[in-house]
Amino acid sequence: MTSEATTSRPGLRWGPIVMHAGLIIAALAMVFPFIWMVLTSVKTLGQLLNAPLSLLPDPFTWDNYINSWNAVAFPLAYWNSAYIAVLSVVGTLITSAMAGYAFARIKFRGSGVLFVIFLATQMIPKQVTLIPTYVVMSTLGWVDSHLSLIVPAMLVNPFAVFLMRQFILSLPIELEEAALIDGCGRLRIFFSVILPNLRPGLSALAIITALDAWNNFLLPLVLLNSPELFTVPLLLSQFQGQYAGVNYGLIMAASALSTIPMLIVFIVAQRQILNSMASSGLGGK
Amino acid sequence: MTAQSAGLPQARRRPPSWRRRDRWWGWFFVAPQTIGMIVFVLIPFTLTFALSFAKWSGLGPIRWIGMSNYTDQLTDPVFLRSIVNTFVIALITVPVGLGASIVVATLLEKLKTRSIYLVMFFAPVVTSSIAVAMIWQQMLRADGMISEFLATVFGITPPDWLGDPRLALIAVCMVAIWSSMGLNVVIFLAGLKNIPPSVLEAATVDGASAVSQFFRIKMPLISPIIFYSTIVAVISSFQTFDIVYVLTNDAGPDNATRTMVYHIYDVGYRSAKFGVASAASVILLLITLVVTMIQLAAQKKLVNYDL
Repeated sequence: MTSEATTSRPGLRWGPIVMHAGLIIAALAMVFPFIWMVLTSVKTLGQLLNAPLSLLPDPFTWDNYINSWNAVAFPLAYWNSAYIAVLSVVGTLITSAMAGYAFARIKFRGSGVLFVIFLATQMIPKQVTLIPTYVVMSTLGWVDSHLSLIVPAMLVNPFAVFLMRQFILSLPIELEEAALIDGCGRLRIFFSVILPNLRPGLSALAIITALDAWNNFLLPLVLLNSPELFTVPLLLSQFQGQYAGVNYGLIMAASALSTIPMLIVFIVAQRQILNSMASSGLGGK
Repeated sequence: MTAQSAGLPQARRRPPSWRRRDRWWGWFFVAPQTIGMIVFVLIPFTLTFALSFAKWSGLGPIRWIGMSNYTDQLTDPVFLRSIVNTFVIALITVPVGLGASIVVATLLEKLKTRSIYLVMFFAPVVTSSIAVAMIWQQMLRADGMISEFLATVFGITPPDWLGDPRLALIAVCMVAIWSSMGLNVVIFLAGLKNIPPSVLEAATVDGASAVSQFFRIKMPLISPIIFYSTIVAVISSFQTFDIVYVLTNDAGPDNATRTMVYHIYDVGYRSAKFGVASAASVILLLITLVVTMIQLAAQKKLVNYDL
């Protein structure tokens, strides 16, 4: 660009074009693996082996979907993942809103120390306590039971407690004071004043918790043994172990069966999901 | 106490018993999360330390063996390899991943309609890491599309990304960046949108170019967010497991992608050496804490909290 062009209309001609081109290339790199997954899943094994560079399926086949659907119990794994996620979300919302309410509004002995302990436990990665968690679960008799995933998810989430405390602190205290003067008890205030006003915070937390629960892998891997208890990620990894060397069209069909429903949910609820991620500043993993 | 409060009119003045009952309500509300924390965090956490001094396979008696799990681990080349690999993953994925996310977020901020881009960047984040690893495992096959493409275009032997020990770790980093970038883009974009327009208008009036606005104004103003994301990204890169477990089929050729968490899983769960795995867990925790402390110390010099 000449200096006149820059001074008169700064970066107007090439800037946006280069910017868009860069963004489009980067964005395509992000979605290409998904497109490739879908295209590969409808190819025959012959085409995959003979023409690895060909992009479009020729001939087209649904066989990989039929075969992978029949090979393992997808509907059951979906049900397992879904009900574990729902219970984890409901439990997390209730218990962390309760704890957040106590830390934000109720003066009780030990609350300061307890809150610091909550903040500190947030620093302990789950992976560090993997082996003893297994020991605790086997003492409780919960190994190879969904309880070992659901109960901790419902009762342990220091980040959620912190998030809920912050949200409750930002609510105007007059709402509660009016209810207190009317003689409402704490429980009544929590359910009829706090929870309804906490809706934006709760929905953000619900989305984060649901994603976490849905994608959780290491704990189910260690704690579940029976195939009928498997969650979607666990089923996928087992499927991959069995068929990866055989036919990768089949593997891609299985991946598609597990990812596409999630992608549809994401696209439908994109605004809420992206806003919750941005507002919490923290996601899964 | 209750009788006393019952005799008083309930409204207007709060009776003293109200405060006393409130204490119990406090404990009532924190009880579920506190019980959960004790049973599922504090007890396992204490057990990690205790078991790190023991020899135990989960069954039979526990034998206390002092520090030997630690000396055993710190002289084990496989464990040391896993520490090095974990650091390599952190050192590649954190700067490259966050740097790319900042650039993308800055570009997206200038657009009016960005939701289609955001959806595309965020799609890998909502996808289970296992599916992500499965897709990439097939894309990175030596006879797969990326290798064949590189071989055809550059006339080289098709790289065996996942079979070559030197390439496998790079492949893991690449996939890790791909799958987490969208999250950081969304967070940085939110930070950039929070910068008051007046600040940028003033800079434009003063004749600051787009590049110097980026480095002199935007970066310092979102530095608390960058700092926070760095800490989260480092911690989560120290926890890398799913990708190496699936993408490189059990930590790759010759343990090339063995991470610390994979090591803990392998030694503790697969080989049932609970004591050894606990010692490795304690070392992982200490490394995480030290690295986080260093970052917190660096924060004072690098992060700007003026906004």
